[in-house]
Amino acid sequence: MSLIAITEVRKRFGDNEVLKGINLDVDPGEVIAIIGKSGSGKSTLLRCINGLETIDDGEIMVAGAHLAPDDAHLRALRLKVGMIFQSFNLFPHLTAGRNVMLSPMVVKRVSAKDAEAEARLRLDQVGLGHKFDAYPDELSGGQQQRVAIARALAMQPLALLCDEITSALDPELVNEVLQVVGKLADEGMTLLMVTHEMRFAREVCDRVVFMHQGRVHEIGPPEQVFTNPQTPELQQFLGML
Amino acid sequence: MSPFTTWDILRNLLFAAEWTILLSLVAFIGGGIVGLAVLFARTGRNAALRRVSMVYIELIQGTPLLMQLFLSFFGLSLLGFDVPPWFAAGLSLTLWTSAFLAEIWRGCVEAIPRGQWEASSSLAMTYFEQMRHVVLPQALRIAVPPTVGFSVQVVKGTALTSIIGFVELSKASTMITNATFQPFVVYGLAALVYFALCWPLSKSSQILERKLNVAHRNH
Amino acid sequence: MAYVFDYGAIVPYAPLIAKGVGITVELTVIGGALGVGLGIVCAWARSLGPRWLRPPVTLYVELIRNTPFLIQLFFIFFGLPSIGVSLGEMQAAILAMVINLGAYGCEIIRAGIEATPRGQFEAGASLAMTRIQTFRHVVLMPALQRIWPALTSQIVIVMFGSAVCSQIAVEDITFAANFIQSRTFRAFEAYIIATVLYLVLALILRQVMRSLGTLLFPRRRAAR
Repeated sequence: MSLIAITEVRKRFGDNEVLKGINLDVDPGEVIAIIGKSGSGKSTLLRCINGLETIDDGEIMVAGAHLAPDDAHLRALRLKVGMIFQSFNLFPHLTAGRNVMLSPMVVKRVSAKDAEAEARLRLDQVGLGHKFDAYPDELSGGQQQRVAIARALAMQPLALLCDEITSALDPELVNEVLQVVGKLADEGMTLLMVTHEMRFAREVCDRVVFMHQGRVHEIGPPEQVFTNPQTPELQQFLGML
Repeated sequence: MSPFTTWDILRNLLFAAEWTILLSLVAFIGGGIVGLAVLFARTGRNAALRRVSMVYIELIQGTPLLMQLFLSFFGLSLLGFDVPPWFAAGLSLTLWTSAFLAEIWRGCVEAIPRGQWEASSSLAMTYFEQMRHVVLPQALRIAVPPTVGFSVQVVKGTALTSIIGFVELSKASTMITNATFQPFVVYGLAALVYFALCWPLSKSSQILERKLNVAHRNH
Repeated sequence: MAYVFDYGAIVPYAPLIAKGVGITVELTVIGGALGVGLGIVCAWARSLGPRWLRPPVTLYVELIRNTPFLIQLFFIFFGLPSIGVSLGEMQAAILAMVINLGAYGCEIIRAGIEATPRGQFEAGASLAMTRIQTFRHVVLMPALQRIWPALTSQIVIVMFGSAVCSQIAVEDITFAANFIQSRTFRAFEAYIIATVLYLVLALILRQVMRSLGTLLFPRRRAAR
């Protein structure tokens, strides 16, 4: 059974329909890259899966549970699916460690001691164990994004949604973040990522989704999508035309 | 029961409110004129005047208005002047208003880009010419909303003059309460009269500010 | 014409003045703390709370901000007993200050909340926090940090406003000054001393708020 099942999902902003019937199934452990031009609806799709946007039509199932727009359902969903943002969104008044500890303590009522142990483990996992007491403004962009990943992992999600997580980084900081994501993929984490890093998508992902004008335009293994694109839109996007 | 109807109470309160309005106008206009002088001293080129005006503003903003009222009411009479409450009230409120307006306006003057000062002094203008022709016309636009907003503080400030015996809305409320023994009704109505005076000023300040922000964004 | 200052006449009243300082501090600390608390709750209600809660909170804020503190105090102390709510003068004074600061604090804190970047709310939500949890743990402290100077000024204003409480026989600094004035007729000395005390208390209050700020908000640059 698929972990995330997206069926005929539609989303409108006013008169502008940005998702025009999306279908996508994600298996457990699968790593999927979503590519496409800006405005193609790829970020919106990700935000819908996390319930940050409500959908107008269709259905999203995560681990067999139905995504409904009420608060209780949304929170149940978000316990299963973590999200990493382009702009990191670390909490500026908390240290890196506290950022990671906050949600387990507040939402899952984990004791401070256990939360701290978990946070140290997760920060180690992203290579930032030594930055436990650093505040976000003392960290580089790449480090902040890695803390954000540790923060999402501390909730022990079944899947991670990554929304252009390297787009706000200086070029030399992109790799340290991608390495962490690559390691997660190796360890079997289910990943759904909107990205512009084509090389990374090619090397790490199981499937690549090309979105165009609110639809899944092409989908397939990276080899097929990148070396043998079927549609002129994808060919153009990949710079082949 | 009390021989006073609610209408009697309200009528007397409204009559007293005329004095609240009059005192507010005096304090606001007087405070505006003095405040302009303080503004010139505060932003001008004379270092001594700048210091003096700064201390003046700090002292007035850094102490309770009620103390200022007491000092001018009791203080001036000790100096041998026979000071009626209306004079002490008008004087202290004027000075109080001037300090706050000068400080509000200073913020507006300082919001004018340095280049405007430099350009006008390169045209050989004196300080007063710069203020008069270049800076103040621009500062005026952004000064209107906070100035209108402060007028609410002036109206509310007049209530304190009741304590030194000036008969305005608050003093009248106390007097009417003593006659009618209906403090709930009297002070409730007095609050509504103040609200009727202040709320339109608050609201227009808000609206003016929003308009200004929109105008700025479309710049 | 020439007035001779004679502070010696005031000396016997030093204990009264000291007590007045204590009462003014008590009013300010209790009124300030509870008032800021009320302001936080109202700011949450007006910016993030349920829709039905917004009109009554807005009405409260507008009513308080557009009427004098003196009338609010008299209404509570003299008016409320006629509907069965009798308060002692200290209780009435503190209640009036809390209600007053609550309304001004609401608008100040609301500005801080509304300057919160959207991503902070989204990050809280994506970590499965409820709206209230996100407000309490993510939004509130940076919001307070943003408006701490404005909030400090407002508490100082409320302390100055507390001088009016002497009118319902709260024995604060102003009460002491009035008392001395009526006994010794040394009005200048009495009110100058009172004024200086308020000035010094305001300086101390600002310093305390600054220290409290560095304690509460360890990150100086975090407020953006």
